[in-house]
Amino acid sequence: MTEQGLHLADQLPALQIALPLTGAVLCALIDRRGFGWFIATLVSFAMPVISIMMLAQVLTTGPISYAFGGWEPPYGIEYRVDIVNGFLLVLVSLMGAVVMPYARRSVAAEIAENKQAWFYCVYLLCLAGLLGMAITGDAFNAFVFMEISSLAMYVLIALGSDRRALVAAYQYLILGTMGATFYVIGVGLLFAMTGTLNFVDMAERIVAVEQTRPVLAALAFITVGMCLKLALFPLHVWLPNAYTGAPSVATVFIASTATKVAVYLLLRYYFSIFGAAFVFEDLPVTPILLIMSVAAMYIASAVAIFQSNIKRMLAYSSVAQIGYITLGIAEATPLGLTGAIVHLFNHALMKGALFMVMGCIAFRIGNCRLNNMAGIGRRMPITMAAFVIAGLSLIGVPGTVGFISKWYLALAAIENGWWWLAFLIMGSSFLAVIYIGRVIEMAWFREPTGAAAEATEPPLSMLITTWVLAGACIAFGIDSEMTAGVASQAAEALFAGLR
Amino acid sequence: MSGGTLILLALAIPFVAALLIPLFHKQPNVRETVTLLAAVLLAIDIYTLLPMVLAGEVPMLGTLEVMPGLEIAFSVEPLGMIFACVAATLWIVNSIYSIGYMRGNREPRQTSFYVCFAVAISATMGIAFSENLFTIFLFYEILTLSTYPLVTHKGNDAARIGGRIYLTLLLGTSMMLLLPAIIWTGAVAGTLTFVKGGILPETLSPALVGVLLFLFVYGIGKAAVMPIHFWLPAAMVAPTPVSALLHAVAVVKAGVFTVTKVVVYVFGVDYLVNAGTADWMMWVAGFTVIVASLVALRQDNLKKRLAYSTISQLSYVVLAASILTPISLVGAAVHIAAHAVSKITLFFAAGSIYTAAHVTEVSQMNGIGRRMPWTMGAFAIGALSMIGVPPTAGFLSKWFILSGAYSAEAWLAVGVVILSTALNAGYFLPIVYSAFLRKEDENHAKDHGNHGEAPLPIVIALTATAAGTVLLFLFPGQLVTLAKMMMGIGQ
Repeated sequence: MTEQGLHLADQLPALQIALPLTGAVLCALIDRRGFGWFIATLVSFAMPVISIMMLAQVLTTGPISYAFGGWEPPYGIEYRVDIVNGFLLVLVSLMGAVVMPYARRSVAAEIAENKQAWFYCVYLLCLAGLLGMAITGDAFNAFVFMEISSLAMYVLIALGSDRRALVAAYQYLILGTMGATFYVIGVGLLFAMTGTLNFVDMAERIVAVEQTRPVLAALAFITVGMCLKLALFPLHVWLPNAYTGAPSVATVFIASTATKVAVYLLLRYYFSIFGAAFVFEDLPVTPILLIMSVAAMYIASAVAIFQSNIKRMLAYSSVAQIGYITLGIAEATPLGLTGAIVHLFNHALMKGALFMVMGCIAFRIGNCRLNNMAGIGRRMPITMAAFVIAGLSLIGVPGTVGFISKWYLALAAIENGWWWLAFLIMGSSFLAVIYIGRVIEMAWFREPTGAAAEATEPPLSMLITTWVLAGACIAFGIDSEMTAGVASQAAEALFAGLR
Repeated sequence: MSGGTLILLALAIPFVAALLIPLFHKQPNVRETVTLLAAVLLAIDIYTLLPMVLAGEVPMLGTLEVMPGLEIAFSVEPLGMIFACVAATLWIVNSIYSIGYMRGNREPRQTSFYVCFAVAISATMGIAFSENLFTIFLFYEILTLSTYPLVTHKGNDAARIGGRIYLTLLLGTSMMLLLPAIIWTGAVAGTLTFVKGGILPETLSPALVGVLLFLFVYGIGKAAVMPIHFWLPAAMVAPTPVSALLHAVAVVKAGVFTVTKVVVYVFGVDYLVNAGTADWMMWVAGFTVIVASLVALRQDNLKKRLAYSTISQLSYVVLAASILTPISLVGAAVHIAAHAVSKITLFFAAGSIYTAAHVTEVSQMNGIGRRMPWTMGAFAIGALSMIGVPPTAGFLSKWFILSGAYSAEAWLAVGVVILSTALNAGYFLPIVYSAFLRKEDENHAKDHGNHGEAPLPIVIALTATAAGTVLLFLFPGQLVTLAKMMMGIGQ
């Protein structure tokens, strides 16, 4: 192999971040919407290629360590890819790639023409930020990328056509900044106690100071900060407004990636740095997370039932589904963690598909209010069939991805001897039956009226991408080797720790 | 053809039909031909499979692993064979009837009706041939979901509310009780595959066995054991062919089939006898039989009366299973077939009366037998079978259930069967009596038209099933053989 070729394969971790950043700059400089879309699509399609190559490498030869700028860790910034964040990088980059073909028509319809190039610019920054949070092995670098992605997200949300989007963006700005601040305070405390920012290094040094008050405080700050970012009930108040107000494409992308990356960072701290034994055995993290998760599953689902705007309903459903993910973390067993990690992926698929359907409906009838959707299933049957499939996934019907997640979570609960929890998990699916059911009933079993009567199927580029995600909900529900299989390896890697 | 291919075809034929039907949306005649063709092909397929099973073979279809420990796999055992034969045979008759009914009543959205129907049949085949609890659960849910649009077919408020009750009750019980039961079984037994004699370890305490059985019996909401029976009367808003599908061909049969399957192949009869915590099942089944009959006695709406009769008859199967003797379980298996063929006759007759005369209440049926002799003749045969009078199929199953109950000295079951026979006679015979022997109401012709029989496809269908009810009594050989093979007796 030539020197040059060897280099390119070695530079994959850097390319994962450098490409979207460069793309963002190009979009901003040239400021043409067609060009912006083209660059964003090009970059978004390259991302999964890179991330899948890295994951394949990790699965065969173990973790990849990349010293940024040639500064050796722990002194320089290290990019470190193992199974856990390798899986997450694949998730984020795949969602980005699926969203882009969908985006062209939807963005053209929803965003003012002179702002469309900026939309793609900001989207690429957001993508870079999220991928950076996942790939970095440095606590402060993670904060930098968190800020990049968050600032980009505030802009994405504010681009929504409704003026309420501005309020939503502002609300998210305040709460998101608080979350990030909490995180950076936690990192500061850890740095003071260990003298390092590198995850691997920190994991080794923290053992000596584990029971000290600053470390406990750091854990508390990081937990609260990340829970704000991942929207764990009751720190979720920013989420419903943000998802409702943002442009359809932004909602699809944010809903299926942003909270997931925050969950990853929390997992990284809990399992790799603090260590599962310390977090779950010495401290009462399990009961706290458990109570919050179950509250999220029930209260957010119950609130979802009463929403008249379906985007908002799905947003509350996201809060409930995040409850499942944190529930899997709280179970603190390899099986439960597998459930949590696989649900990261599965939830991204189904929520992505559902929000895409909402984007298609908004494209045709201009809004997502339930009352305006009467009989729309008869006018847009292919689109609404995707809603049915993704909705069934959300409920957790066997043969869909939702079932896989629930099976792992419930099995882990039973293994822990928590019978009641298994029933609680199933009970909350029942609430999903109600809120998904009322949309299906309205869309399919009423005569079309108003704008819905004239609606037709959306453009093919939107329809096909929607169905890619809906189809994935079935495909990975029937064969979960690629998702649950990798997730269970990731869970084992997390329990093995970095030390 | 190998057994595996035949199983695959049994699932694929109705499913492919469901894909083809929408293509002929604009040509109703071609569309209906697709349905009929698929029904005939399916029946041929199933009856090719039958001799193999009778010869003691166990046809299987390769597995698809969803995740470690969860597989989609199929194998044909005698009970599943009975269920598949019943469903496949009745699908032909029901399709003929549907064509007459849907056209006769000018129902809207017939294409989606036939699509959902075909998917439901495909799911039924999946249930019948499931090799493990996961597969049966998968198809059980598909059956619920594919029949929901059928229940809501009319699209008015009553239909929507009926559909809601149907969906939430069936989906709710299966998720909240059946799924935990399956996960629990997997956790303690380490496998979900059906094995004759059961898969549960001896270490499970009797109390927990009782709880697990409870989760299964009530989780399988389709078996309609009280108090999880509301969905069945609620679903009566559906068009009559759908009611026939629910009550005779697929849905409730899938429920009692699954209960029987769980008793025989997950717990095992001896295991439950040893555990001694299954007695409550006999009590709730007996209670359902009697109370549902009492409620049926008070219904004036013909379809409602039939619905409660179904609830009562379903619990015969559960009751038979709960007696826990091989011979009573043979009765349970036979009753699945016997009730199917007689109840579909009754529903066809009810739909026939509705189509010809728009009569829905029992009190409006005086003298109607003279205008519709074929319909009411078939109704009479179906009713006799419900009561259990020879020469009808209902007599057979009652015979086995009673013999089982005597041999196990389950006097409660004996009492329930005898009392309910009297009640069945009480709510069915007056209908037959007034239809043939009472004088027609004076303004019947004015209110309901000077009608005669219903359209020909309807009459053909209900005559065929009425004949089937008698034929099953006269030639029960293969049915009983299969049922006995399930329990490993009489070979």
